[in-house]
Amino acid sequence: MLFAIYSIIKPIAGTLILVFMYYLAVDVGGEVGIERLAYMFVGSAFYMFVFQAFFGLFEVIQGDREWFQTIRYIYISPISYYAYVAGRGTTQMGTAAFGVTIVLLFGKFLLNLPISLSLGLLPFFLAILLLGAFCTVVIGIALAGVTFLTARHGGGMSEGVTGIFYVFSGVIFPLSVLPQWGQILGRYIPLTYWFEGLRRAMLPGFVGDSFLLSISNSLLLVILAGATVLFFLVSVGVFRYTEYLARKKGKIDMTTAY
Amino acid sequence: MRVNLLLNLRALVGRAYPRIIGAQREPSWIFFETLLPLLTIAAYVYIYEYLGVPQFVGFVVLGGTMVAFWMNILWSMAAQFYWEKQIGNLQLYMMAPMSRMALLGGMAVGGAVMTSTRAVATLVLGVLIFRITLVVLDPLLLLAIFLTTLAALYGLGMIFASVYLLYGREAWHASNLLQEPVFLVSGFYFPLKTFVTRLGAGGLWVAAGASIIPMTLGLDAMRQLLFPELLAYGLLRPDIELLILLILAPVFIYLARISLAYLERLGKEQGRLTLRHQ
Repeated sequence: MLFAIYSIIKPIAGTLILVFMYYLAVDVGGEVGIERLAYMFVGSAFYMFVFQAFFGLFEVIQGDREWFQTIRYIYISPISYYAYVAGRGTTQMGTAAFGVTIVLLFGKFLLNLPISLSLGLLPFFLAILLLGAFCTVVIGIALAGVTFLTARHGGGMSEGVTGIFYVFSGVIFPLSVLPQWGQILGRYIPLTYWFEGLRRAMLPGFVGDSFLLSISNSLLLVILAGATVLFFLVSVGVFRYTEYLARKKGKIDMTTAY
Repeated sequence: MRVNLLLNLRALVGRAYPRIIGAQREPSWIFFETLLPLLTIAAYVYIYEYLGVPQFVGFVVLGGTMVAFWMNILWSMAAQFYWEKQIGNLQLYMMAPMSRMALLGGMAVGGAVMTSTRAVATLVLGVLIFRITLVVLDPLLLLAIFLTTLAALYGLGMIFASVYLLYGREAWHASNLLQEPVFLVSGFYFPLKTFVTRLGAGGLWVAAGASIIPMTLGLDAMRQLLFPELLAYGLLRPDIELLILLILAPVFIYLARISLAYLERLGKEQGRLTLRHQ
């Protein structure tokens, strides 16, 4: 049942909203080549990784601390708590992978979208997928770290960052649709390069933003790898600092029932 | 009888109080409940821009604003008894001499008022930022539809709350399940009529089925009254939609009463009423 909810029903319903918006545009004669639907569809499908990682990781500390009150026992066990949270994040990515696959198959075979993956681009696809997934998890862990210090309803923070990335990373529309300041912001979000790479791999003949067009596949990988290393270091730093503050302020096992 | 009425009214006000007054004391709501929904709205606004049909941006702003009410139903009405059970309040409610319906009524009234303040803030910001023109031709009908939609919606929320009385962690998943699928079938981000034009008779059945969720018809009617230039995208006439909502509201509240009494009894018999961490 849980598998059906999170891997089939929710993701497909979410992407069908985009499909019906596209159909509406077709009906009233908008600028609506099928490549625009494919652009939105692929971005929306892969965004499930981000959504699942951010919300799942937010729930790790809040859930262990507030709902099940098991954080003390996990915390005193002889493992790195960062590694434990990273492990939970990896599980979230695995769950999301089912949903992403199902949605992509739905788009390919039921909506006849031009989604494909050639053998030649497979190494690039795998490299960009893994790098982006790793980057997403480490950003998620940094956000999870902040929840050491927040009350049980601190989920809005994950929601906020997820929303910002959704709008400003070229997930469902090119950056060029955004106002100038939004385009500049988008260039500094690593996920922008992740989604660009995923589309290049999965949508043959894909033409993205003029800014991203000038970046080769290998440079895209280098940018994403650099951003991933940077965010990994930031993530470790934020997590350790918030963990220290939580212990110092006595918040590590607090329950906030209000 | 008079004592019971007063007692229940006091219970209703008492339960509504923390939602209306208490919630205002946490200023973070301005960010989390006003600005965050704007991000989602912005995403869908830019999609219509990308698709070259900016005339539907107003539909998104209104739909995105009304999402706040549906989320309030799911997480602050339906799942509320789950939270109360987790923190040990539920048994206190059960021991108190008031009607459970007064409790649910207080949650509903408080939730509706609190969410309205957030929704109005989101709507105003959305209208200003995305330069939407709202034309209110019939303010009384609009107000009647809005209030009846809320009454029916919170009646449905009261039914959910009673069902969730028995749930443990499943409440969380059930509420999650009722997000995107409902956003889709209720046409939060596109006119409901798209189902009919695209899917024909099947689409009509989808729209009819979705009409059991009061937001579906309420939103469709409000869009027709606020965007008269897009009247052709309405499913039914607003007055007919109001009539259906007027039927749904008391039916849902009555069903909530029956459901609450039955599930409370079942919970007591099965020993699940105050079972935590299940």
